[in-house]
Amino acid sequence: MKVLVPVKRVVDFNVKVRVKADGTGVDLANVKMAMNPFDEIAVEEALRLREAGKATEVIVVSVGEATAAETIRTALAMGADRGILVKAEGRLEPLAVAKVLRAVAAREQPGLAILGKQAIDDDANQTGQMLAALLDWPIATFASKIVIEDSMATVTREIDGGHETLRLPLPAVVTTDLRLNEPRYASLPNIMKAKRKPIEEMTAADLGVDTSPRLTVVKVTEPPARRAGVKVASVAELVERLRNEAGVL
Amino acid sequence: MTILLLAEYDNAGIKDATARALTASMALGDDVHLLVAGKNCAAAAAAGAKLAGVARVLHAEADSLAHHLSEPLAALIVALAPAYDALVAAATATGKTVMPRVAALLDTMQVSEVIKVVAPDTFERPIYAGNAIETVKCIGAKRVITVRAAAFKAAGAGGAAPTELITVPAPPARTEFVGAELTRSERPELTAARVVISGGRAFQSAENFRKYLEPLADKLKAAVGASRAAVDAGYAPNELQVGQTGKVVAPELYIAIGISGAIQHLAGMKDAKVIVAINKDPDAPIFSVADYGLVGDLYQILPELMLAL
Repeated sequence: MKVLVPVKRVVDFNVKVRVKADGTGVDLANVKMAMNPFDEIAVEEALRLREAGKATEVIVVSVGEATAAETIRTALAMGADRGILVKAEGRLEPLAVAKVLRAVAAREQPGLAILGKQAIDDDANQTGQMLAALLDWPIATFASKIVIEDSMATVTREIDGGHETLRLPLPAVVTTDLRLNEPRYASLPNIMKAKRKPIEEMTAADLGVDTSPRLTVVKVTEPPARRAGVKVASVAELVERLRNEAGVL
Repeated sequence: MTILLLAEYDNAGIKDATARALTASMALGDDVHLLVAGKNCAAAAAAGAKLAGVARVLHAEADSLAHHLSEPLAALIVALAPAYDALVAAATATGKTVMPRVAALLDTMQVSEVIKVVAPDTFERPIYAGNAIETVKCIGAKRVITVRAAAFKAAGAGGAAPTELITVPAPPARTEFVGAELTRSERPELTAARVVISGGRAFQSAENFRKYLEPLADKLKAAVGASRAAVDAGYAPNELQVGQTGKVVAPELYIAIGISGAIQHLAGMKDAKVIVAINKDPDAPIFSVADYGLVGDLYQILPELMLAL
């Protein structure tokens, strides 16, 4: 069984982004980029399935500008077998990415697609669900455990009040939550090896997908600033102020 | 504009997140229909009819809808979609799973985690863990929206909407519900509580978390939250995580204890009315958003606080 793992190049999670003065977006010039953390978890899970003999090949795909190849290379260094870079210009929305991924899935015929539950740039949390819809596959979002047995995936998911477990026939889509696994670091020999692994390139147009956006971004602004308040000296002062000044006790 | 709002409910009635999403829906237009789908959910449908602002309740009964699994629920919403201009849900685990599937089946983009309705086709939503706010305008006629519940007040009671039992399309019942483990708690729900007390890595163990933080929460009738570090370390269960990828809360009072204040955590609580931070590191980033900061050791401060309250 092949496992398809889409990965996204995003601003590193440690970077505090700044909104551009003209309100058109956030400033990405000279900002450190990295693989979306939830996608790293997806890559790790796919590798573990291969190592456990449940999967035969881990294919990593990224959609975006040419620089997305770096992110694919990171996944190859973790241990993925090969990459696919689908080049597309401009702002890409989850629906467009899901359509590209559907076309890739049609060519590759994976038994499972594992995606990060959301990207930490647009925080949309849509692509996996949309891919499942377009492929007419079942889905389990927010996975904290995946067991593959007899062409079925048994997935434990994080929900609002605790956990729930679903059983899905393969092929299926699973999206990862934080506690599914801890992604490995790429070792130096594997980083070297990854340079020789193949990355196939194509464009969204080659796959017949129109990636033009469906939403217009009117503006991007700073959130309302929250000012630091005061440091209190004691528990007594804290309680007094919460009672009489803030009126919340 | 006619709006279909997906209801979530439990034995106690319609969930607070849905009542808040109802307020957002009413900002879109005044003809809001509430979809109560499930198995044996007549009581929830009746409760939904009493929410002020609901013009009609659509009550859908089917075995396949029992656990709000994504495929049958999305199929139902898509079948109802032609009659609606906007399809809305709260951005809960269920809403976040079902609505993008609906959007893709309708070949439209979803607007996720709306925090403000600027106009019926224009919305504000947070991006980059709330470090920027994006205003987006929908181009197509059909809108699919999830609502960040914490950004809206809950709609009140006082409605008397008519309820209609609707037919449910036969869905592809491929996914099997195996079971759920829900945490039972006497405390208020995290996303609806007036007071939230959250603990971080400084608690050092699940035992300390229980011993020092929980009595304080009980005393203040507060919900308990946790930072990602505390959840990862096993001090608190995952459903208590507050932050960019966990729960987003906006209580009257948020008390962060032993939490350094990573941007991912701030994303989940910085809209609280009053923030208190207790941390032994005077330079912890949490103090930059706290209205009241107290520097010190939680093992000394919390017992003192118990006595002072």
